[in-house]
Amino acid sequence: MARHSVRVTVNGTPREAQVESRLLLVHLLREEFRLTGTHIGCDTTHCGACTVLLDGVPVKSCTVLAVQADGRNVKTVEGLEKDGALHPIQEGFMQEHGLQCGFCTPGMMLTSAALLEKTKSPGEDEIRHAISGNLCRCTGYVNIVKAVQHAAAKLR
Amino acid sequence: MIPPSFDYHAPRTLPEALALLGQYGDEAKVLSGGQSLLPLLKLRFAQPAHLVDIGRIPGLDYIREEGGVLKIGALAREAALEASEVVRSKYPILADTAAVIADPIVRNLATVCGNLAHGDPANDHPATMLAVGAEVVATGPKGARTIPIAQFFTGLFATALEPAEVLTEIRIPAPPPGSGGAYVKLERKVGDFATAGAAAFLVIKGGVISSAGIGLTNVGPTPIKAREAESYLAGKKADEAAFAEAGRLAASAARPGADRRGSVEYKTDMARVLTVRALRKAAQRAGGR
Repeated sequence: MARHSVRVTVNGTPREAQVESRLLLVHLLREEFRLTGTHIGCDTTHCGACTVLLDGVPVKSCTVLAVQADGRNVKTVEGLEKDGALHPIQEGFMQEHGLQCGFCTPGMMLTSAALLEKTKSPGEDEIRHAISGNLCRCTGYVNIVKAVQHAAAKLR
Repeated sequence: MIPPSFDYHAPRTLPEALALLGQYGDEAKVLSGGQSLLPLLKLRFAQPAHLVDIGRIPGLDYIREEGGVLKIGALAREAALEASEVVRSKYPILADTAAVIADPIVRNLATVCGNLAHGDPANDHPATMLAVGAEVVATGPKGARTIPIAQFFTGLFATALEPAEVLTEIRIPAPPPGSGGAYVKLERKVGDFATAGAAAFLVIKGGVISSAGIGLTNVGPTPIKAREAESYLAGKKADEAAFAEAGRLAASAARPGADRRGSVEYKTDMARVLTVRALRKAAQRAGGR
């Protein structure tokens, strides 16, 4: 079985692992690097629970091979807070009650954080469009939209 | 789900990739965006011994107009197509299509060329490419050849690509004056494959259609070019009566299977309805009515 050496910068820290070709990025993060904030939901590229940022772009880490991430930057939910201070998107989800069970939240926050990098004042339609690949079965999305707007205001 | 074992190759140049594909033949699959291939591997629908990842080859992610042709490189992502200024202003049928493929996160990785090379009749770009009369460039060990899109889809998940060839470019003729195109998709929810979809491209002169292209999504074992409807429209006035008859003719070319998305009758009729809607929108964009 072919093994490859993979070097990935995860949340600003260079990491290295020996992996099988077929290892998925989400398994590299959870099982090799023990970053279990990235959740596995549907495992079929639908739900977006496993969303991480690959070189700043949201991707579903159940549908990326670990070897494809070699030499690149990955940001997971663990990388959102900085020096003990929550990222505005995390504060937004807390303040606006943007979660109930919390399973979709890491992916939801990373997709939203990437949106806010591109757009300072996204409207409701823009937010709903951006998160249309992240499924939430609890909230009905209303408070998630508010949470993103809360963060947008804080970041402006 | 964990994919079956395979060996992974990450060539840095196209000739290297072609050499690997030549060496492993039909034991190898090309990996680009991976948004169709990896789910397929997880489900064991395919078990290639080798994956040749073209994702690290520089210079293949272009979308540009050159000599009256829009060229889309092998690594151009759906998200880039959706955001492209030239596509939005001059090729809105492509922007229509990209915007309804899977979801925005999948589109960050999924490639336009992969959407064709995968040969899935449920994919959306094939219908659009059939409507606009695209060509694809297949590059292999002996060089590059162009394949008209109407000859590209040879069966269910089968294309005219040889095992050692890579689909390196899509070429779309620049739309002539008085032309317009549109893609319309019926989906149950965001990210789902089409229950049915229709692409239409019209060239209209003085209210009369001089040429028409129509492609259908997910209503047969391959993407369908609705030839009868196309030739019917040539020379007709661009009006509701003509669109209704073209819709009927397009639906008669549909060969859908029944599944959870609908019965044969339902999908066939949706092919008719969506063809009419796509034609209407194409005519509006052409400014011909």
